[in-house]
Amino acid sequence: MEWLGHYNYWVVVVLMMIGFYIVIAQGNLIKKLVGLNIFQTSVFVFFISLAYLEDGTAPIALEGVSEYSNPLPHVLILTAIVVGVALTAMGLALVVRVQETYGTIEEDEIHQQDDLH
Amino acid sequence: MLEHLPALQVAIALTAAPLVMMFGRATRLAWAVATLACWASLAVALMLFVQVADGSVISYEMGGWAPPWGIEYSIDAANAWVLVIIGLISAIVMPFARQSVEQEISESRTALFYSAFLLANAGLIGITVTADAFNIFVFFEISALASYALIAMGRDRRAILSSFQYLIMGTVGTTFLLIGIGFLYIMTGTLNLGDLAARLPEVSDTRTIRAAFGFIAVGISLKLALFPLHLWLPNAYTYAPSMVTVFLSATATKVAIYVLLRFVYTVFGFEFSFVELAMAWLLMPLAVLGIFIPSLVAVFQTNVKRLLAYSSVAQVGYMILGISFASALGLTASILHLFNHAITKAALFMAVGCLVYRLGGVSLTQLAGAGQRMPWTMAAFVVAGLSLIGIPLTAGFVTKWHLLQAALEGGLWPIAVFLLGTSLLAALYIWKVVEVAYFQEPENPDTAVSEAPLGMLIPTLVLTASTVVFGVFGNFTVASAQTAAAVLMGAAP
Repeated sequence: MEWLGHYNYWVVVVLMMIGFYIVIAQGNLIKKLVGLNIFQTSVFVFFISLAYLEDGTAPIALEGVSEYSNPLPHVLILTAIVVGVALTAMGLALVVRVQETYGTIEEDEIHQQDDLH
Repeated sequence: MLEHLPALQVAIALTAAPLVMMFGRATRLAWAVATLACWASLAVALMLFVQVADGSVISYEMGGWAPPWGIEYSIDAANAWVLVIIGLISAIVMPFARQSVEQEISESRTALFYSAFLLANAGLIGITVTADAFNIFVFFEISALASYALIAMGRDRRAILSSFQYLIMGTVGTTFLLIGIGFLYIMTGTLNLGDLAARLPEVSDTRTIRAAFGFIAVGISLKLALFPLHLWLPNAYTYAPSMVTVFLSATATKVAIYVLLRFVYTVFGFEFSFVELAMAWLLMPLAVLGIFIPSLVAVFQTNVKRLLAYSSVAQVGYMILGISFASALGLTASILHLFNHAITKAALFMAVGCLVYRLGGVSLTQLAGAGQRMPWTMAAFVVAGLSLIGIPLTAGFVTKWHLLQAALEGGLWPIAVFLLGTSLLAALYIWKVVEVAYFQEPENPDTAVSEAPLGMLIPTLVLTASTVVFGVFGNFTVASAQTAAAVLMGAAP
């Protein structure tokens, strides 16, 4: 049962595929963004898993502690989360504009109005 | 002061962006400040370029933290070359932008528009100067977010949808890049490009590193619009405001190609990328298809902006083809084409911007008679078009010549024949525009259409003239590209 020890990496792979599938398969623009978020979140979980150390604690010098989690991936992911939030905001703003101009956010209905190759 | 130039290169555009935003309805002032920032960026880029022209490397420690722990900015002949391209294009497009933006963007959004433009500019510069893998990801997103906003400001309502498509594909691309960087980090414990290059050989024979290479290559290929990952590009370029198309077509894909070169040559190394993983066997077919199919599609387009956008995808193919020869000559041709295509395509899109300004659109039917009514603009289009085809005495010819030599050096004469054949396709789609503009009567001859305003015409003509200047006096650009190629093929930065 060794593979269970790395179960968080399996979660990463499953989340990534779910997210990617939603991005490709869904015609609703909001759902596409949701998929994109799941896809990105899987990468965040992946980075956090990299930093994990069994019995490791926060990287603060304490007596009797010798094992620390690696703080760098945490910092990277904080930045990546901010980027992800900005992207979601940008995407949602665009969806609002799409709704205003086309009256729908379903891809096939938009394509009926406008021919976008 | 001089030693802080690498930081200044990013800081100028980045600090000017919020400043410009605050001008609100004082749009002239916003434009003036943005223009100054772009010119200052160009000056810094040129100073850096001169310093590293001999093949030396400038290393800058951000905030005084020594690499590999701190973020390092590193300038060598390769990225100084790209900095000059970004600086030059942004400096020339800004004077052009004033009237074009006045017409295409509502007054209340103009300051925001310039602010987003400066952010996109800063992002692209940042990607180029940094020597930190995660920093590359962050700057990619900065420039991408600003680009989505810029594209969505196009007048056609399809601009919003194109921007959304780009957002989805661009994000998938940069997230792939992030996954790849994560893999590299687990195996080496570092994010500094030079440090990665030093530590990778020990662990390179693992599945993790090969997966990292795959993720990074695919992620960047999405950003540089390598066929068949180019689907976002034609719509984005077609519906974006004129000046945005000029800027993005000349810089965004070029910077992504630079990042690919940096990872392939500096981080993973020639040996790993081309010998062990035989990357050339993947790149060459994609480049050949990527030149042929989009060129063919371009021939059948009826909107000139869209036609040129497909031509951009084909030109990316030429650059990738140069890389796929896996030789110093091929790499030189690719690096040369970064510059030559940037000035050529920017000149073409500027001419199109002038046409849009006067005619309201650039479908082929609207262009009828433009040759007589806007003689200077169409002359610029024709000359830049010749450079795109690769006629001798133009910049485009210099790269085609080097690509041809590289193909023959590798003994790939079918590729050489293919290069000549695809130039004919380019001639075909440029001719299609020229024919309509010069040999067809305008639809409604009574309406008066005059030449584009001087503010837009002069930058267009200057850039067009430069395609001829760099075609006749190609020695300078070729020498710089050779140095850049030598630096990339050589040791770590």
